[in-house]
Amino acid sequence: MAGLMIEREVLIEAPAEVVWRIVTEPDQMTKWFADRVELVVEPGAHGYMHFGDQGGPVVVETVDPPTRFSFRWNHPREEEPVAGNSMLVEFTLTPEGDEQTRLRVTESGHDLRDWPDAEKQRYADDHREGWGDFLDRLAGVSVARQPG
Amino acid sequence: MTTQVDDELWSAIGDPSRRRVLDLLVSHGEVSASWLAGHVPFSRQAVSKHLVVLEEAGLVSRRKQGREVLYRVEAGRLDQAARAMADLAAQWDQRLAVVKRLAEAAHVESLDTPR
Repeated sequence: MAGLMIEREVLIEAPAEVVWRIVTEPDQMTKWFADRVELVVEPGAHGYMHFGDQGGPVVVETVDPPTRFSFRWNHPREEEPVAGNSMLVEFTLTPEGDEQTRLRVTESGHDLRDWPDAEKQRYADDHREGWGDFLDRLAGVSVARQPG
Repeated sequence: MTTQVDDELWSAIGDPSRRRVLDLLVSHGEVSASWLAGHVPFSRQAVSKHLVVLEEAGLVSRRKQGREVLYRVEAGRLDQAARAMADLAAQWDQRLAVVKRLAEAAHVESLDTPR
């Protein structure tokens, strides 16, 4: 995936269906994410996340229970969020055995929108390493896997 | 959304090919656009375009030496970018930790409840 910025994950001692509810149900989201969540969890739905007196609109992209949920946010007001003007937040739930779920989140930014496909592919192929190097060198932060 | 990465900075470092250019500048110090073009799999023209974006975001500065223009990384701004990224990562770690706690509690509760 081109333009990947942040990737974190955690191993949870609960089945994916349980994790899915916590991640996607608005009344659960207020416990770990925003202070107030106005959201219908359906592809294309427009919602709003409140953080104190701040907040912003979000648009749901993928809803594929219990494995994939994504939304875009941080797009300019008055604009529809698309790749290039917004951040894409993607949750991926991977069952491990009967009772465990690996939950991964990525938050990715402006994609390679002005590049020819062949070049995009070439950069996408090595981007993960490039970003890892960059962060490692500059902040001592690794975007590599985080032990659950 | 407590961490605000300004759009320019975000967009500047969001592009893998620009990060490639930044990486080269970080590891090689002050170099020319031609030198950079010889070390990346894209054209001199593309390198120039990336340098303009990086310069506008304050990540790179240039100076003239003789007939050459040399580019280098602005360490302070780059640190700021790296810190913003680290903050964002830490913020997600915190959120995931809460999701873990909530999900595990909900799971234990469902096991305790007779079906």
